[in-house]
Amino acid sequence: MEKIVLLGDEAVALAAVQAGLTAAYSYPGTPASEIMEYLIRNSDGGRKYTAKWCVNEKVACEEALGVSFAGKRALVSFKHVGLNVAADPFINSAITGANGGLVVVVADDPGMHSSQDEQDSRYHADFARILCLEPASHQEAYDMTREAFDLSEKFRLPVMIRLVTRLAHSRSSVQTSAAREQNKDLPYGTWQDWTLLPGNARRRFRILLDRQNDLQEYSENTGYNQLVLNPAAGRRGVVVSGIAYNYFKEVAASLPAEPSYLKISTYPFPGAKLRRLVEQVDELLVIEEGYPFIERFLRGVTGIPGKLIRGKMDGSLPASGELTPDLVARALGLPERIGLKTGDFRLANRPPQLCVGCPHADTYKALNEALRDFPRPVVFSDIGCYTLGALPPYNAIQTCVCMGASVSMAKGGAEAGIHPSVAVIGDSTFAHSGLTPLLDAVFSNSDLTVIILDNGTVAMTGAQPSFGTGEPLDRLLAGLGVDPNHLRVIVPLPRNHQENVKVIKEELSHHGLSVIIARRECIQIVGEKKRS
Amino acid sequence: MKYDIILAGVGGQGILSIAFVIDNAALAEGLFFKQAEVHGMSQRGGAVQSHLRLADGHIYSDLIPIGQADMILSVEPLETLRYFEFLKPDGAVVSSSTPYTNISDYPVLEEVFREIKKAPVHVLIDSEKLAREAGSIRAQNMVMLGAASIFLPLKEDSLKKYIEVLFEKRGTQIVQTNLRAFDLGRQAARG
Repeated sequence: MEKIVLLGDEAVALAAVQAGLTAAYSYPGTPASEIMEYLIRNSDGGRKYTAKWCVNEKVACEEALGVSFAGKRALVSFKHVGLNVAADPFINSAITGANGGLVVVVADDPGMHSSQDEQDSRYHADFARILCLEPASHQEAYDMTREAFDLSEKFRLPVMIRLVTRLAHSRSSVQTSAAREQNKDLPYGTWQDWTLLPGNARRRFRILLDRQNDLQEYSENTGYNQLVLNPAAGRRGVVVSGIAYNYFKEVAASLPAEPSYLKISTYPFPGAKLRRLVEQVDELLVIEEGYPFIERFLRGVTGIPGKLIRGKMDGSLPASGELTPDLVARALGLPERIGLKTGDFRLANRPPQLCVGCPHADTYKALNEALRDFPRPVVFSDIGCYTLGALPPYNAIQTCVCMGASVSMAKGGAEAGIHPSVAVIGDSTFAHSGLTPLLDAVFSNSDLTVIILDNGTVAMTGAQPSFGTGEPLDRLLAGLGVDPNHLRVIVPLPRNHQENVKVIKEELSHHGLSVIIARRECIQIVGEKKRS
Repeated sequence: MKYDIILAGVGGQGILSIAFVIDNAALAEGLFFKQAEVHGMSQRGGAVQSHLRLADGHIYSDLIPIGQADMILSVEPLETLRYFEFLKPDGAVVSSSTPYTNISDYPVLEEVFREIKKAPVHVLIDSEKLAREAGSIRAQNMVMLGAASIFLPLKEDSLKKYIEVLFEKRGTQIVQTNLRAFDLGRQAARG
């Protein structure tokens, strides 16, 4: 088959299509968005298979589970923190088990390029007790995703693919293989397996526990977990997983001899292979992207008598941030390489910023002015481009925690005496996780002002469609029970500044719930429309 | 053969378009490549870079080790300096001289140039002027690709072919503008 240029994300997406995908679901989030972008682009308008953005990750995961119940193959993808949102259906899908192949792709973001933490999804897979595959290359991302669907149907469990930013957003060529048809004849799931009443759930959990041996056996035997013994290189060995393997291979060529190593690509990890490596060496360096997941298991409480274990827990490698070939080289004892120096020239930083003409900028200017007369106002914010309002020249927000938290935190803050307590949230984030806390605030008529920044799109991740924008958003808010007298719409433009300040001030001084919609289309979308 | 390139610029300047052309030209010439890019938050007017590696055999790491890049190709002069440590002592710097001043503490431009000129092999190109001459100020990225092409281990024709592929959906006029931008950059680098 042909060799084609793909992002790591796209290699996963294409593999799913060629594995006989019936439906895929996702919510945008860096570095996972390009999986769904690719799927939608190549779905022939949904005629080949279903590929849809969903209102949030929990919904996406449940829709995929419904497809699996129906006996068809399903993919759900999101970033690592998206898995937190989907944790409920995800964990319980291991109890129901999969019928049609169910593959959960999670893209972790070590180094926090575009995220609020660098949590390691291998823990989630371990927690759910399902198989996790961790590709090191584009080809593996493709091959493993193809295989993941087969494994899911073989073990009757969801399978996780763990990606990291460097693979998700790296481009290379991939050799594809012949496409497989979608499932045709698989019967629906049975109610005894899928209705998790305690009696059924206990039986299902027993089945999940019993299946662990099969998963372990797969992991011991798969060719992806490669044990290479080289006794001539001495009594020092290396355990590598995922893309850490690439850095190891890159720099190990500079060593006098390549040390014995085990490349781990599947979890539960291959214990027998690991023991064989341990027997061969006195010193073991564990190199993994993310948390010291394997290293912690290896060390246990007491370590391995007579063996020195090195990795992220003893400082041989940094405990946070992304790995690089240079960090791995240093851990292997190679001399530091020196590049060209800029001497003591001071490099000014260039942080990301709101675009010129961005509607959020006008909203923040008006909000800052409206808040000026209050001694201790707090603006709770949320996740999106508008989080950049934390930086100069705006310095407009004090929090950003997780999707939807602005509204709930503002309510909690108001109940602790903060006034004015303001929530600032984008339209898509509001649809994702802001509706339920707003309902909570309506119910108790909390003293807070919610500003919904309605720019009509999911701007930060590349302009995906928003579920809560425009006139339907107005109706939604009215339907939730927001008092029409305190449901206001402003148009954030420089020429409306004074008027917008006035509207915001009025609602800030209202002791009850107010919702202000700041509505103007994202400037990137306006530009894109002009160009096309 | 291996050839490592750091692509640099500011979000929105089109360094991923440069990468698209080089990636595909490399593949067409039977080379292996890996290219790590930046998406998401940083694309909003922030510093962006891409590690692009070409070789005639398997490439392991998506990232270029410090001191190993054969070239820094940058659409913005301050951004050129940000990645200097990645350059080999004898690596080439191909940099635009047109500053993108969306920050308040942008250094004195002459000092930026003075630093860039410390690289033993350097080419400074007035990309704004040449892009304007080609027909669009947005074509600065293709001016810089043209300038870099005199060093790249790729044929001029392969690069031009994928400039056409990249822009064909936007019409012949835009294709021509970008091809002109490439030519002007290439001529300027030859001096």
